[in-house]
Parts: sequence; structure tokens; C-alpha cells
Amino acid sequence: MNKIYKFFSSTVEQIGFSLINGLSGLGRIINFIFRFFYWLPKNPFRLKELVSQLYDIGNKSLFIIALSGAFTGMVMAYQTYFGFRLISVDSLVGPVVALSLAKELAPVLSGLIVAGRSGSAMAAHIGSMKVTEQLDALEVMGISSFQYLAVPRIIAASLCLPMLSSIFLFVGNVGSYFVGTKALMIDGTIYFSKLGKWMFVEDIGQGLIKSFFFGFIISVIGTYFGFKVEKGAAGVGKATNQAVVWGMISVLILDYILTSFLVQFMGG
Amino acid sequence: MDYFEEEKAVDIKGLTTILGGQTILNNLSFGIPKNKITTILGFSGAGKSTLLKHILGLLKPTYGSVFVLGKNLNDLSEFELKKFRRHFGMLFQYAALFDSLSAYENVAFPLNEFTDLSEDEVEEKVYGLLESVGIKVDSFFKLPSELSGGMRKRVGLARALALGPDIMLYDEPTTGLDPITTKMVNDLILNTYRKNVDRGMTSIIISHDVKVTLEISDFVAFLDHGKIVEFLPVKDFVNSQNKLVQEFLAL
Repeated sequence: MNKIYKFFSSTVEQIGFSLINGLSGLGRIINFIFRFFYWLPKNPFRLKELVSQLYDIGNKSLFIIALSGAFTGMVMAYQTYFGFRLISVDSLVGPVVALSLAKELAPVLSGLIVAGRSGSAMAAHIGSMKVTEQLDALEVMGISSFQYLAVPRIIAASLCLPMLSSIFLFVGNVGSYFVGTKALMIDGTIYFSKLGKWMFVEDIGQGLIKSFFFGFIISVIGTYFGFKVEKGAAGVGKATNQAVVWGMISVLILDYILTSFLVQFMGG
Repeated sequence: MDYFEEEKAVDIKGLTTILGGQTILNNLSFGIPKNKITTILGFSGAGKSTLLKHILGLLKPTYGSVFVLGKNLNDLSEFELKKFRRHFGMLFQYAALFDSLSAYENVAFPLNEFTDLSEDEVEEKVYGLLESVGIKVDSFFKLPSELSGGMRKRVGLARALALGPDIMLYDEPTTGLDPITTKMVNDLILNTYRKNVDRGMTSIIISHDVKVTLEISDFVAFLDHGKIVEFLPVKDFVNSQNKLVQEFLAL
């Protein structure tokens, strides 16, 4: 009886402890977001840093985004075709792939790729600057390390992700078109006419809105874990890992929240 | 503790710091004389780094005040504090150079941030600063990872001096260095002091290296468990009757 009581009490204790930890972590991230909005309008605006981050997050991700987009579109075309052929609506492959890409796959997969690539890089860079006292050096010079490092990264990621998602969408559709018309022998004219009939600007808009928020949250999490680093190189490794894991989880959770709002306001 | 009549660059009054329920600095009161080299000595965990953070205004006192160049840091807003920190130059233990910038760019960084100097003027100043700390031109555009520990310290010092600070802080400047590099850093600190003595620059060294302290300091403060237990001119410090100081000097 005593053992059962101990088991239950320790389980409840563990759950309570995890819950408190989770909530305080969430509170710290919300506080971090407030700090971003506090520093955002403050001078000086660091254009050089912003451009450098736009290049790092945007330009350097182009190849991997385009490659992932092409193969996602091609695979989607195959999968959709063999399903739709059974009910003789294979001419709808184009719009179905395009809509899936525009509303979900392009923003979510671009988000996951950027979380893995840039979110981790942000945590590692800021974290290693922290353990080597470079953040202290900035502060001693009278420069806010937050304004100098976090603000340009968050702006850059929020601007880059919609662009990367658009490229993913475009290349994905090109891949789908080639597989549909060359390998699956769907008539090109029908492919385009169906696409024009079922695909609207609002559908692309939904994806772009989502990617903006994904870029924001990925960079907030990446920079947050970078600033939080403690205990040397091991701490940097841990922060990098956490930035990727929580960046990806945040994209998926935010995707659900944003979808439930966007379908209400912009239609399914 | 306040033995000196000298004008003070830093005046600490009743400073107490409690972090995580632990008292780090305990009702600390002393003044650091202007235009002199003062070393704050102490064992690891004595509170030296915490004291340094207070002088820089990076930590708020739990109780008490820190006056720097006559200003109470408690009265300054975060924004004013950032501006005020331009009075300081700091040489970090491992130099803390920005690793994505070359030696030249590291020294030019504060000049580009806080002055309206033209590119040519910045170049002239950076060349002068790097040469004054003994860096050769062929190393100007090397990244910190391509420089030796001693060279990184030199570049760190050049960067700290770029804006002509009123107070120069050295955090464990000789820790982990070989005897030759230690001597080089000592000479660098002394030369920097001599070159800037006319404009009233104060030097504060945080260290646990007794040898260095005795060689280059004007005054020595000994910190133990968050309290200044001895604060004397260096010639009197070596004859201190304080047991802890004697123990430390014997190491």
C-alpha cells in the first residue's frame, strides 16, 4: 500500500514539475518576444546585420528548398494520380497538388527545413558567443546584444520564410506538372485549366501568412536558446538540439492554430 | 575601507549582492583611486567577477550603491547605462574577440559604432592602435582563430582602447598564460597605463596572480567571501599582517 502511494505521489510530483517547467519556459519565451518588440523600433537599425542574415537564412537555403520542393511536388503528383485514377478524376491532380503545396506542404516543410538549418545555426552562433564572453564584450561597449543579434535574425527569418515557401511552391508545381504531363500522360492544357479553376490567390495567401509566423517563431526559439546557453561547449550543443526540436514542434503546433483561424477568415 | 585621499574613479558604498539566496558581496565599501592601477585580488569564488559586473553596471545591487566617475549607477536607466559604459574599456580573460571579424574589424567595430570618423580616419586609427600593441601588419586581417593567445590579448586591448576609455578593466589578464606571454601582458598593461596617464585613465585589474599584482599595481584590494579584508598601497600590502593576505602571498 505504501509502495503504491509512493509511486502515485512521485508520478504526480513528476507531472507537476514538468508542467511548471513547461509553463515557466513558455513564459520566458513570451517575455523574449516582448523584448523583441521593445528593441524593434529602437535606434540604430542594423541594416548591415539584417542583410547578412537575409543572405544566410534566405540565399543559402535556396538550393535545399528548391530540391525539397521539386521532389515533394513530383511525389505528390504520383500519389494523387494513382488514388484519383480509381475514381476517374485524375485530371484534378494539378489543383490538388497545388492546393496541398500552397496551404500546407510549402510553408510547413520550408519551416521545418529552416528550423533545422537556420534555427540551429542561430542557437549555436549566439551560444558560442555567450560562452566566449563575446556577448559581454558587446554589453561592455554599450551595445545591446539582444538588439544586435536577435532583432536582425528575427526580422530576416520572418521575411525570408514566405519567400522560401513561394519558391518551394513554384518548384513543387513545376515538378508536379512534369511528372503529371510527361510520366503520367495528363494533358497539359487540362492540367492548367483545372489548376486555374480550383486554385485562388487566397490559397497562396494562407501559405504566405503561415510561413511569416513560422519564420518568426523559429528565429525566436533559435535565438532564445542561444542566449540561454550555460556551461560551455556542452551547453552550446544542448541549445542547438533544443532549438531544432522546439523549432520544429512549434511549426507543427502553430500550423494547427493558424489553419483553424485562417479557414474561418479566408475559407477552406 | 577608505585609506586614500585620492580622487576616486569608483566609489562603492555598502554594496550587498544576494544571488539565488546566497550573499556574494557583503556590505562592501571602498574607493578605487583615479589615475592609478588598482588590483582586486582574491581566491576563486571571493566575488571578484560579481564586483566587476557591478562596476560595469551589468548587475544591480541588492543593497548599496556604486558610483563611477561621480555617477550613481542606480540612478541610470538601462539606456543611460549603455551609453555610460562607453567610459569603460575591458580586456577579457580570453580577449572575447568577435570570431567572425578579423583583428582589424574587431578594433574598428567600436569606432564604426560610436564615432562619425570616415573610413580613412578609422583605418588610420586602427592601424595606430594595432601597431601600438605590437601587432604586425601581416596579422591585421587574420581571424581570431588564426592568432595566438597572446596576440588575441593584444588585439583585445587595442579594441578596448579604441574609444579612449576613462577606466580600463582587466579581467584575469594573465590567467592560463605561459611566463613569457604573462610578462608581455604585464608590459602591455604598464605601457597602456603610462601612455594614458596624462588624460587620467584609471586601471582596475581583477586577478589572483600575486606576482603580476605586485609588479604593476599602485594599490591592492584583497577580497574574501564578499568583503574587502585589506586595501593598501602595494608596498604596504606585502607587509600586511592580515592572515589571509599572508597566506595568499605565500602561495
